[in-house]
Amino acid sequence: MQTLFIVVILLLGFLITFQIAKASEYVSVMRGEEKSRKQNNRINAFLLLVFLIGGMIGVYYCNERLGGKILQMGSSASDHGVDVDMMMKITLIITGIVFVITQTLLFWFSYKYQASDTRKAFYFPHNNKLEVIWTVIPAIVLTVMVGFGLFYWFRITSEAPGNAMVVEVTGSQFKWEFRYPGKDKILGKKYFKEINEANNNPLGQLWDDPANHDDIYVSGEDMHLVVNKPVKLVINSKDVIHDVGLAQFRMKMDAVPGTPTSIWFTPTKTTLQMKKEMNDPEFVYEISCDQMCGKGHFSMRGTIVVETQEEFDRWMVAKKPKYYAAFPEKDPDAMKAKADTVKTIAAVMPQKK
Amino acid sequence: MSNEAIMHGHANVISHDDVHHDEHHAHHHQSFITKYIFSQDHKTIGKQFLITGIIWGVIGGLFSVLFRLQLGFPDQTFPILETFFGHWAKGGVIQPEFYYALVTIHGTVLVFFVLTAGLSGTFANLLIPLQIGARDMASPFLNMLSYWFFFIASVIMFASLFVHTGPAAGGWTIYPPLSALHEAGDGSKIGMDLWLISMALFIVSSLLGGLNYITTILNMRTKGMSMTRMPLTMWAILFTAILGVLSFPVLLSGAILLLFDRNLGTSFYLSDIVVNGHILPNEGGSAILFQHLFWFLGHPEVYIILLPAMGMVSEILSVNSRKPIFGYMAMIGSLFAICILAFLVWAHHMFVTGLNPFLGSVFVLLTLLIAVPSAIKVFNWLTTLWKGNIRFTPGMLFAIGFVSLFISGGLTGLFLGNSTIDIHLHDTKFVVAHFHIVMGVASMFGMFAGIYHWFPKMFGRYLNNTLGYIHFWVTIIGAYLIFWPMHYEGLAGVPRRYLDLRGWHNFNKFDDLNKMITIVSMIVFAMQLMFIFNFFYSIFKGRKVRTQNPWGSNTLEWTTPINPGHGNWVGEIPEVHRWAYDYSKDGRDFIPQTEPIGADESKDH
Ligand code: HEM
Ligand SMILES: [Cu+2]
Ligand SMILES: [Cu+2]
Repeated sequence: MQTLFIVVILLLGFLITFQIAKASEYVSVMRGEEKSRKQNNRINAFLLLVFLIGGMIGVYYCNERLGGKILQMGSSASDHGVDVDMMMKITLIITGIVFVITQTLLFWFSYKYQASDTRKAFYFPHNNKLEVIWTVIPAIVLTVMVGFGLFYWFRITSEAPGNAMVVEVTGSQFKWEFRYPGKDKILGKKYFKEINEANNNPLGQLWDDPANHDDIYVSGEDMHLVVNKPVKLVINSKDVIHDVGLAQFRMKMDAVPGTPTSIWFTPTKTTLQMKKEMNDPEFVYEISCDQMCGKGHFSMRGTIVVETQEEFDRWMVAKKPKYYAAFPEKDPDAMKAKADTVKTIAAVMPQKK
Repeated sequence: MSNEAIMHGHANVISHDDVHHDEHHAHHHQSFITKYIFSQDHKTIGKQFLITGIIWGVIGGLFSVLFRLQLGFPDQTFPILETFFGHWAKGGVIQPEFYYALVTIHGTVLVFFVLTAGLSGTFANLLIPLQIGARDMASPFLNMLSYWFFFIASVIMFASLFVHTGPAAGGWTIYPPLSALHEAGDGSKIGMDLWLISMALFIVSSLLGGLNYITTILNMRTKGMSMTRMPLTMWAILFTAILGVLSFPVLLSGAILLLFDRNLGTSFYLSDIVVNGHILPNEGGSAILFQHLFWFLGHPEVYIILLPAMGMVSEILSVNSRKPIFGYMAMIGSLFAICILAFLVWAHHMFVTGLNPFLGSVFVLLTLLIAVPSAIKVFNWLTTLWKGNIRFTPGMLFAIGFVSLFISGGLTGLFLGNSTIDIHLHDTKFVVAHFHIVMGVASMFGMFAGIYHWFPKMFGRYLNNTLGYIHFWVTIIGAYLIFWPMHYEGLAGVPRRYLDLRGWHNFNKFDDLNKMITIVSMIVFAMQLMFIFNFFYSIFKGRKVRTQNPWGSNTLEWTTPINPGHGNWVGEIPEVHRWAYDYSKDGRDFIPQTEPIGADESKDH
């Protein structure tokens, strides 16, 4: 019913506009086409000026309304993010100036040089000096931007420092899984044909590789990182291309099946600090999948906690390598527990006797 | 049929006054079918491209309104959608598969069918022979085939909308493995095969057309029409065709390899995959390879869309400012530079795919380099307006709007082209805002400008002016309202292709904005329907054109009869004596290209 109503209204609006347009054409023919053409010209020239002024006010208003919702420059939670923000600032200033100048000229010229019987257009087919000027100036400005950009780019994409902790991130439709290398600091080898959820091997770890025996598998909960400690993420995918998007750290990298990728950065603010700084007690770091990966793409979410080394250690110590889930008999705790039970039984038995 | 034959066939037809032209055609055994359907007349083929493009425009636009409903009102239900789309909109809620199918077809159709076929196809066909002084294209028959391949491609794409598992839904960039694996989702089933087949045919169409455009421009110019006397529209279309001919085959090969991977068990793009618990045997392929192939076309493609619009805008700005285009040679030079550089920047779409950082830096340099010719063009357009005597026809307004949008969208390109910033902005809404402004809306504006300007030549009637003005103002205001604030979402990190932000703590704060955008896009869409109504109404009922050269233009198309027949000129093709831009020279409003240089004319040019 409501839809019908809207459709009828739309149709009516349509018809009315059309009738007005048609009538205005008849009127213009009757009044003399030349006269109404001139009038139209004046109106549109004026509107172009209004559009310029209104548009600039709109740009300002838009920034007032939405400026607070974006990631503030300087709010970046990683060292690399500071570089990204700086580059953003440089670019914003340069393009902002160019934007205001060129748009103003465009609409101002349109208004100022609207047709008039008293003026003749100026025959001005070319001018080498002008053309050289506006080839050279953009070239110089762009060189500056490329220079800054590449300076930061090489810093961000450089080798991870030796003391960086390593976390492996694996995407699949539509979840994230993490793996920590354990005490030996080495991620054990994997082969995708070994992947078997039912057998406690969701990542396809090769159990022959001893480096795998202490690797910690984490899924369905936060990834934990240590504040001010560089971290290198080794990124994989099991099925289609995903992307590890870390907006607060200003980092991003695709997860490509068959071709592992990596990024590194140093988180500089704990989750707790961010909560305070952003005045948002609910704040969490989120991992968004940024590469279209199927129907659940928009909900492929992971979360990160950044904490102090002690907090991290406390969390880590409670974790067990996946190896022991796959081979419970190898688990020293289980062995100990088993041994304990045997002992208790042994201890109890004689008493009973 | 060779061109000679057409010329001869016409010499006897065109001996009477042109008012009765159509009837004469009828006499000379032009049946309805050969005149309007399997026509070899470039003007008719141009109109066929245009009308097919308009139909796709309506479909693509309607899809955007539908998915905007979801984005603007994620918590509301629209039972009417279920009535129309059944299980795709169960309970009146757009399902994720449906959303992604809509977005994918929207992108594909607007990029390829509307702004490539509909734009180049229309204006290359219509304008090349008319502006260079030829009776028709070099091969009218191939030209006809070009349209019919496009038509078959359209039919297949349209059919894919109705298959049970729906059309392709991996985004218009169809990255494998998502698009390669049937198990990866409904949108990767038969719909994806149809998409690939349709695109393959589309590419054939575009190659046939492109080769024809190049040959015609190079070989069939009338006497005196040297390359540097051609209007800029011709230069732009020439470069567009060259770009297309060199880059589309690469996409074709990419698409064929993808078809193989999908159906024949090859591993070009596949390696190390476990999908839905199935371990696939493929090893050794590279998913990134496809992206290289895709973007080797994909980036030139954005210029294939943009260049014809630039050419038409240059022409229209000059005619309506009553001034020569400023820096004609620089305009050609910058077109040429853009054309070369367009092939050397494709990996700027791939900065975060694990690309070697050094390689990335080379692409940063080349990408920002392309801003130089773009800047030259903008400054030259501005100078063309300076001290003009400007008439604001609807075509002119759209041309001015084009320049404004091109500036806005070009500047955001400087953010994305700089890999450091792109790390943060890649695949966010910022990108969506950028490419819509610079490519989508800007080229649409170029196309509208062209339609308003050459409608009198196409149909011998005018579009309704008042509706034209309303169309312009609603569209430009709407376009900025839709896409300007969208940058802010991107700056907040909101990824693109997200249909619901409610599950995200850091992204879920743009409710009002998304509602506003949705409402505005509905209004803008309704306005386009109004334009289309104006278009078809005016073909039959528009005000008649009574003068041969209504805009006071120098170019050759306005020396043909008001309703030119097949063959364009009655009698001899006119000879050209000067460039196309002698406006306001020596105190004369305009001097047509056909007028010999006067003895006392000032020397400039
Ligand atoms: C009424 C005007 C339009 C509106 C409101 C609109 C809106 C949108 C939105 C919101 C998206 C992103 C959806 C998402 O990522 O979640 C999108 C995607 C896209 N649009 Fe438009 N659009 C419009 C016109 C156009 C035009 C004229 C073009 C022609 C170039 C175009 C080309 C595209 C492309 C290529 C994509 C990407 C599709 C993909 O992700 O595969 N759009 N559009
Ligand atoms: Cu994903
Ligand atoms: Cu590009």
